[in-house]
Amino acid sequence: MSALIETRHLSKAYGGFLALDDVSIAVQAGELVSVVGPNGAGKTTLVNLLTGLLQPTSGDVLFMGTSVAGVGPVTLADHGLARAFQLIQIFPQLTVAETIGTAVVSRQKKRWRLFSPLAADGEISARVRDVANIFGLDHRLDTMAATLSQGEKKLLDVASAFALDPRVILLDEPTSGVSTADKHGIMKTLIEAAKTAGVQGILLVEHDMDLVAAYSHRIIALSEGKMLADLPTADFFADPRLIETVIGKRRGH
Amino acid sequence: MKLPHAAIVAIAGTAVLALLPLVAPPYYASLMVPFFGYAIALLGFNLLFGYTGLLSFGHAMFLGFGAYGAAVVAGVFGIKSFEAVLVLVTLAAMAAALPIGFLCVRYVGIFFGMLTLAFGMLFHSFLFKFYHLTGGDSGMRVPRMNILGLEFAKYNKIEFLAEPFYYYCLALLVIAGLLMWRIVHSPFGLHLRAIRDNARKAEYLAVHVRRFRLAAFVISAGYGAIGGAILGFRVGLADPELVYWTQSGQLVFMAVLGGFANFFGPIVGALAFTLLQDQLQSLTQYWRFILGAILALIVVGFPGGIVGLAEGLRRRRARAA
Repeated sequence: MSALIETRHLSKAYGGFLALDDVSIAVQAGELVSVVGPNGAGKTTLVNLLTGLLQPTSGDVLFMGTSVAGVGPVTLADHGLARAFQLIQIFPQLTVAETIGTAVVSRQKKRWRLFSPLAADGEISARVRDVANIFGLDHRLDTMAATLSQGEKKLLDVASAFALDPRVILLDEPTSGVSTADKHGIMKTLIEAAKTAGVQGILLVEHDMDLVAAYSHRIIALSEGKMLADLPTADFFADPRLIETVIGKRRGH
Repeated sequence: MKLPHAAIVAIAGTAVLALLPLVAPPYYASLMVPFFGYAIALLGFNLLFGYTGLLSFGHAMFLGFGAYGAAVVAGVFGIKSFEAVLVLVTLAAMAAALPIGFLCVRYVGIFFGMLTLAFGMLFHSFLFKFYHLTGGDSGMRVPRMNILGLEFAKYNKIEFLAEPFYYYCLALLVIAGLLMWRIVHSPFGLHLRAIRDNARKAEYLAVHVRRFRLAAFVISAGYGAIGGAILGFRVGLADPELVYWTQSGQLVFMAVLGGFANFFGPIVGALAFTLLQDQLQSLTQYWRFILGAILALIVVGFPGGIVGLAEGLRRRRARAA
C-alpha cells in the first residue's frame, strides 16, 4: 500500500544554494511523524514542497500515490491535505463560524452556489458546530476572529484546517506562540480532534523536543538540507549525538 | 438578527426614493437618475473592493461598455428596447471582463490597481482616437428607448426621466441590490470575504482564490455596464469622459464616502455624491476643491464612511440607553 504522503529524492535549490538535498520521507496511515532540525535545516522548504507551494528542483512528492509536486495548496487541500501554520493565520473580519464555514463550503463542494443563502444551509451549519465543538469554540461562533484571544486564534486556525476532513494534516509548529503550560493541552486537543475527524496521518514540524518525544511515532531529523535520521522515537532519543546536532545547533543561533 | 435590520433599512430607503418624484420638482427627480446608475455600478464595484479586497482604478471602463453599448445597440442597430440593451451590454461587458480580469487578478494591491487603470486608459484612448467608429471626443448618440415595450411618447425628456424612467431605475436598483445581497451572503460570497481577509490561508482551505477573484471581477463588470447604460440613456450620449480615469476615481470616492465595509455604503455614497456635487456646483466653481477636502476628512476621520459613522452613532446610543 502506498504511503499517505511521501517524498522521493526531493531536492530544492535556490540559485546555487541547496536548501533541500535528496530527502525521502513517508507518512503511513496511523502515524504521527515529526520533522526536527535546527533553524535553516530546510524544514520550511520541505513543508512548502509538501503543500505544493514550491516546484522541486528534482525528485517528487506523492499524495496517496499520485504526484502532487508543485500543484499548489488549493489542489492539495482538495485532495485531503490540510495545513496549520506556524504563525497564526486567521480571517480577521470573519466570525468563528464563517472561518470554519469557509473550509466546510470547500469540503461540501458548495463554493459555486452564488445565490443560495449560506445561513439557511443546515448541512453547513451543523458541520461548523461539530468542528467548533471539538475545539471548544462553540460558545464563540459569532465572535469576530480578530477579537479572539491568542490561544483561541490558534485553535481556530487549526479548527478550520480540520473542517476540510483531511486525510493528512501538516502541523507547522502548532504550539508556537502558546505558553509552555498550554502546549500539551493544545497537542492533546489536536491529536484527539484528528482521531475524531478521521485524520489518518499527521506530520509535525516542531522545535520543542518535549512535544516531539511525547507524541511522535517516528522522527525525521534534517540538518543543512540533508536527512540525518529517520528513526522510531525511542531509537532517536537513544542517540545523544543526534540530539546534540538537532538541539545544540539550535541553541547556537 | 442582522437580516431584519438590513431589510428595514432597504425598505425604508426604497420607500423614500419611491415618494421623491411625488414631492420633488421633476428636475430633481431627473437628477436622481445618475444616482441609480452609479449605485448599481457601485454594488458591483464593491463586490470586488469591499468583499474581495481588490481596488480597481479602471472601473469606469465598464460604465463605458454600458453607455457605448447602448449607443451601438439602440443607435446603430436600432434595437430600441432598453431591456434588450441591458441584457446585451451586460453580457458584452462580462465577456470582455473575462480576458481583462484574467490578466489583472494575477496581481493584487497596487499592481492590480495599476493594471486596471492601464486597461481603462487603453479603452479611453480607443474611444477617443477611433473617431470613425466611436465619434471620438464628441461621443455617440444614445437615442431614447422603450422601457417595458412602452414609448411614453407624450412625455418630454425631463418628464420621462423624472417619472417612468425614474421608477424603472429604482426597480432596477432594487433587483440588482437583492441579487447582490444574495451573492454576498452565499457560500460563494463567504469565499470572497475569506480571500479579502487572508488569501494565503484561504488557499489552504481549498478556496479557488484566482478563479473567485476573476468571478467577482466579471460580475462587477456586468453591474458596471448596467449603470453605464442608465447614465448614457439619461444624457443621451456616450461620451469618452465617462471612461476617463477620473471617473474611475469618482467610483472609488463614492465607495469610500458611503463606506465600503457595509453593503449599503456604496449606495449611500452614490446618493451623497450626487446631491453634494449638484449643490456644490451651484454654489461655487471650486466644488472639486471642497469634494477633495471632504474625501480627505472622511479617510482621516471616518474611515467607515457615512454608513460607518451612522452605525457608530447608533451603537453609542444603544449603549447609552
